[in-house]
Formats: sequence, C-alpha cells, structure tokens
Amino acid sequence: MTLAQRINSWTRKVPAWLIYVIAVLPPAWYFYAGFTGNLGPDPAKTLERDIGKLGLQVLIGVIAITPVRDYLGVNLVKFRRALGVTAFFYILLHFLVWFILDMQDIGRALSDIVKRPYILIGMSALVLMLPLALTSNNWSIRRLNPKRWKNLHKLTYLILPLGGLHYYMLQKLPGEPLIYLSVIVVLLLMRVKWKHWFAPRPQKA
Amino acid sequence: MARWKNTLKWSDVTPKSVFLNRRQLIAGTVSLAAMASPAFAKLNYTPDTADADLELNTFEDITNYNNYYEFGTGKGDPAAYADSLTTDPWSVVVDGMVDKPGTYDLADLMSGMTLEERIYRFRCVEAWSMVVPWIGFTLADLLGKLGVQSGAKYVAFETIVRPEEMPGQKYSTIEWPYREGLRMDEAMHPLTLMTVGLYGEVLPNQNGAPIRLIVPWKYGFKSIKSIVKISLTDTMPQTTWNMLQANEYGFYANVNPEVDHPRWSQATERRIGGGFFADRIDTLKFNGYGDEVASLYAGQDLAKDY
Repeated sequence: MTLAQRINSWTRKVPAWLIYVIAVLPPAWYFYAGFTGNLGPDPAKTLERDIGKLGLQVLIGVIAITPVRDYLGVNLVKFRRALGVTAFFYILLHFLVWFILDMQDIGRALSDIVKRPYILIGMSALVLMLPLALTSNNWSIRRLNPKRWKNLHKLTYLILPLGGLHYYMLQKLPGEPLIYLSVIVVLLLMRVKWKHWFAPRPQKA
Repeated sequence: MARWKNTLKWSDVTPKSVFLNRRQLIAGTVSLAAMASPAFAKLNYTPDTADADLELNTFEDITNYNNYYEFGTGKGDPAAYADSLTTDPWSVVVDGMVDKPGTYDLADLMSGMTLEERIYRFRCVEAWSMVVPWIGFTLADLLGKLGVQSGAKYVAFETIVRPEEMPGQKYSTIEWPYREGLRMDEAMHPLTLMTVGLYGEVLPNQNGAPIRLIVPWKYGFKSIKSIVKISLTDTMPQTTWNMLQANEYGFYANVNPEVDHPRWSQATERRIGGGFFADRIDTLKFNGYGDEVASLYAGQDLAKDY
C-alpha cells in the first residue's frame, strides 16, 4: 500500500466533526492564556494577529485539498467543509477582537474601514465569506442546486488572495506575508484549467 | 536651555515587588544568580521626583515587548535571544566634526556624566505606548564633553553589527547596521537622553544595552539601541526606516496624532499593560512634550516633515 493509500484508509475512519472539536482548542487556549496573563504584555494584539493568521492558514489548507488529491493522491475532501467553517470562525473572531478589544469604538472602527485600504480589503474578504459559511450545509446545496452552490463557493478564489493581501499590507516588513502570498498564487494557478484554455478550439466549418 | 524638570512621578508607580512578582521570588523561580548578575547591577542616579498622574509600565512589560529586529521581528524575540549579546567590553567610535574623536571605552565615554532618572512616555509608530523609568545622561552633556565643531548640523548613530550574537542580523530584513540621526538642536535638547538604565538597574539587553538613545517626543524607532558609533556631520544622515519606506517614515518622526501613518491612524494608541482590556487613549502631539519641543519646529510643515 502506498503512503497515500494508507493515509486515505486512515482518514476514512476519522469523522469530519472531529475538526470542529480540534478547532475550538486554539481560541480556547488563547483566551485562557490571555486572562491568566500568559499571552505577553499585549494579549489583545497577540490574539488578534495570531487568530487572523491561523484563519488564513486554514483557508490555504482548504484550497490545497483539491491539488493534494490530484497530485499526491491523498483524499481529504471530506474535511473541506469543516475546515472552511473553521477558517470563517477564526476570521470572524479576528474581526471581533479587532473591533471590541483593539478599536473599542464603532466610529473609530468605521472610519478606519473607510480610510485604511488594508482594513477595507480584510472586511471585504470577511463579508464575502459570510454567504459561504451560511451555505455550508447539505440543505443549502440541495436548495441552491449543486452547480450554483459550487459556483458560489468559487468565491474562495477571491477571498484567499484578499486575505493574503490584507496580511501583506499591515506588516511593517513584507518577509513572511510574501511567503503566504506566493503560496496562495501558486495554489490558485494550480486551479486554472490550463488544458481547457490552451486546447485547440473546434473550428467552425 | 534650562535643565528639564519632569511632570511625571512615582506616585502611582507599580511597586517593584509587583514587577518582580513576589510569588515567583518566594517560589524561587526567579533565580538569585540571575538577579546578582551584572545585568541587574544597581546604578547610582538622581531619582525623578517630578509630579504627574501617569502610571509606569511594569519591568516585565518593558522587557518582554520589544521591537529590536537584530534579535528577530517578533515582540518576544529580543527577550528570548538578547542574552547572547556581549555588552562588556563595549566601545563607541566618535568621529566627524568633533574636537575629541576616537574609540571610547563605554566607561570613558560616560565619565563625568551625571546619571538621572527620567520617567518618559514611549510611543511606538505601531500605535502602542508605555511609560518607562529610564536612567541616563543628556546627549547635550556628552556632546559638550566631546566638543562639537561649528559646522556640525546633525548627529548620526549606528547600532552594533554582530550577527554571531544577534540572530536577526543573519537575515537582511533591513540593511545593517541600524541607523538613526538627529538634527543638532534635537540632539542638544535637555529631554534627549543617552540611556544606560531602567528601573534603577543597568539596561537589560533587549532594551538596547549597554547604551541607547531615548528621544521621548519621537516615535520609538528614533531611539536607537546598542550604539557603537556617533558621528557629527553637516548633512542629514540616512536613517533605517526612512531608507526602507520613505513615504511612511520620515527623518523627524515626531509623534503627531494629526499626521497618520499611510496605513494606520496615529490619532490614538493602546497603552500596554491593561491585559485584554488595555485602554485606547488619545495620542498627544509631540507625545505630550510640546511645551518643551514644539519651538524646535516653528515654521516647519509637520505634515511634510513627518
């Protein structure tokens, strides 16, 4: 049995709901550490930054699932929905920490959303995630019909680069965000159906 | 100019027992050896006895939340890695338009200087702030001792380059050495402090030991750490953050709530130390030192000379 096959037979036994159980652990740990004084001198900022970054990482994982299956033969598709919802949950938390603990004021938050391009970009990504999170259930797939549902969820290809750009723009130095952006670009390029675009078109007679 | 009198005081100061965490001491988790090491040597200085309502940040906050990219870009990296820097022996090169150039041993550079405590607000360009009890001597006194020549218009500073002891310098995140500079009137201002101590003791490595600059009315990045070179020049020196992003970081870098950073607001700041619910407070022009320094910039457009 190849390694990919072994992983596949193992993941078949792992229920997807386990993702949600694991997903709760990092924020729970951050809040516990923050309230017990173990998250450094600026716990709100640490939580805001780290949970946002974690959301971006999970979202990158979501988009990597198809290429990992196609190129490595490892099938993690059953976890995709749970991971997508987890990413949304982290990014929503990132927004709430920014809004409540960091900005501390509606007027200040609104004026920053308007004035700061990186916040506007981040907010757009969060708003675009909302319909995806709300339709991440079987009922919505039936209701929308699978084809339309799939098209809707292609918004992820827009959300992810927006998130990467948001991260790039808020850092003082671009080093680490550039790595994230490159990974995002590579993953998106892997999703382009090159054969479709470059195949010779049937000529009309 | 008259010697500066502080308006902040020890009244609501966090007791030292709190920043050293009495419980940890009793439990013995803070080793006595560490406390007896030269890094914690006591200094003799004139305490700051002035009057104000500001609350000092704890020693723990001040020494665990640092921007010092020579040790890494994370705020906790300096506390984690700065131990490896050798700060004794230490020498400082003084050159340029100065009467007594040379390579000075730190003790020789400091001889004749009066150590004073200065409780200053510290405002980072990233919109967070602290209140810190520094100990040091005025740059004006040092420059007086070294003899500034008449043509000198600027003072330039450089941080040590020692990648074998400073892990962050193994990467070219910025062009080493870190560089900063002041106009002569800023350098001679009685608020401008050559800093060698913190909370009554020798400066911890992560805060820029053994000697750093503190310019309290400017964003923190102007207050260059671990200085090994002081040059007197007649041209405006290159400064690190200005070299990296000239449209975001100017030479002057005066704290100014009216001039935003292109990517974020400078109108308010988060005062470190309040845990999850640390207050966001209004940023003061010149970081609250306008009475003392605003006249230096009379006639300058501060939106242009940011």
